Amino acid sequence: MSKFQFPESIKSRPVYGTLEPRPGKAHLFVADAEGAEAIIEVAARDAGLMAKAHIIYIPKGADFADKLHALNPAQFYEGPTYAASVQRLRHVLENAHQGLQVYLTGTEGLMGQAQNEAMQAGIPHTAIQTEHRGSVARRMQCVHCKGITEDVMTDPFVCSHCGLNLFVRDHYSRRLAAYQGVCIDAEDPGNVPEPVELYK
Amino acid sequence: MTIQFNDETFRDDYSFRNSDWAIKRFPFPFHEDSYMYAVNMEQHRGGPEGSVYEKRFDVDEHYVSEMRDRAMVLADDPLRCQSLPHMTLAGWDLLELIMVSKSEDYPDLFELHRDGNQWRWINKPLGIDDSFTFLDETTLPYGPMEYITRQTQGDFCVLDQRDDMLWMDAGMVTTQADWSLDFDIGMNFFEWHAPVPLAHEKGIFVRALKFLLNIQQGAPARRLNWTMTVNPLLDTSPENYHKWGIQKTTLTPENIGSKQHLRVELQTFFRLPRSNALVFPIRCYLCSFQDLMTMPKWGRRLHRVVRDLPEELATYKGFIDNRPMMLDYLSQFDDGQPTSPGVWPDFETEPPLKT
Repeated sequence: MSKFQFPESIKSRPVYGTLEPRPGKAHLFVADAEGAEAIIEVAARDAGLMAKAHIIYIPKGADFADKLHALNPAQFYEGPTYAASVQRLRHVLENAHQGLQVYLTGTEGLMGQAQNEAMQAGIPHTAIQTEHRGSVARRMQCVHCKGITEDVMTDPFVCSHCGLNLFVRDHYSRRLAAYQGVCIDAEDPGNVPEPVELYK
Repeated sequence: MTIQFNDETFRDDYSFRNSDWAIKRFPFPFHEDSYMYAVNMEQHRGGPEGSVYEKRFDVDEHYVSEMRDRAMVLADDPLRCQSLPHMTLAGWDLLELIMVSKSEDYPDLFELHRDGNQWRWINKPLGIDDSFTFLDETTLPYGPMEYITRQTQGDFCVLDQRDDMLWMDAGMVTTQADWSLDFDIGMNFFEWHAPVPLAHEKGIFVRALKFLLNIQQGAPARRLNWTMTVNPLLDTSPENYHKWGIQKTTLTPENIGSKQHLRVELQTFFRLPRSNALVFPIRCYLCSFQDLMTMPKWGRRLHRVVRDLPEELATYKGFIDNRPMMLDYLSQFDDGQPTSPGVWPDFETEPPLKT
């Protein structure tokens, strides 16, 4: 099961819903890994939707590409990483016409970044749906060096840029699509607790 | 009075000092012997003569040195000052508000000469004499918000108002109590306060937002907030926490009186006329424990407040580990006598410490 019930959380954290087919002239899906399952469920509920759909999918090791392809979307793109896909995503958003529906699903990092692109392109937030699927990993910004560490599964963790030991502060920036990582051993250098898996 | 500006530092050798005048006017934030969050707003329309509440933008003996410290912070990290593109007009509003207020409130220090949009600004303490065209960014060395807040003590958040909400869309933040403008910029009022414990549950932010959305031009408001800082360090940013955090462990029973500072924020709120934005200056005042203890009432009260503060708040304010040592020190100044109501030191009327 790729769905996860997030615990009650802080006010800056995004709230994710469940994708539903909506009337629209065009449908853009951006997904990674288990997000594919949410797309398959939408397609099952509205058989006509895929003929007007563009799917941008980043498998991240998951095995859904063939199933998505089999939905016969109007356009299908499989990207190796989000970073590799973002130029295409921007192009699609910039050339979108009124009536586009945007569906984002998968990890928080993917949804947050793609949502930023959509907002910057002027897509109204009412036309953007999100559904969390798969890994509960967080995208973290180091507050000290500003570097982003992707797919953080533990607290604390090591910044992939500056190497500081960071704890996961429960504070989320939509602009950065990231949570805040703060040095955990500043007051007692070297005293770093054993990493614990998030939400455990 | 003419202010004698100190030549002092807020880092490295920490030569910051408060004169007797500065101690006496320190905005002690506790009006009773205990503390819990409250919206605690009042009108910002002056206050007792010589107090920090008297002028719209208080200038004190630390002005010149604080501005030097701000310039150093910005040179190290320009992201401490940011303004989203739609906030430039609010920046001009702020520049006007500060220049008009300071030139009226401190005519011996600041002068503003206006001929239509041709303005001349003279800042004597900082040795600035600039002529520029109001609303023309190309005539200033920085954007309007950055230009004027490099010359004004306190952090500045400039909040856009839309959809019945306030948005942190611009700011100059170099003396903050552990929050990051770079991380929070673009957030709404509830989002940027998300990490604050207890207050959401108490409905504080819902009430505060309602109040702030309704602030009118010419009717500014103010409140106090406080925390604790070891050493008179202005830049207690999360960005540099990995560098300054270790200083919290340098307290000893011998040095706590001089090293431990009560950090008080005088927060004010002004509606800006053209942009309808809200500017939220957060002015930081620091006072060492030993200087506070020269006022018997403050000595008694600070001990009681720190002792009885809920654990979540002591943790959030970052002094839970040092609280026992603080209490050992402060208890010497609490003889159990009652204290008079209100924040003022009442030095003439409060009884001296019984020994």
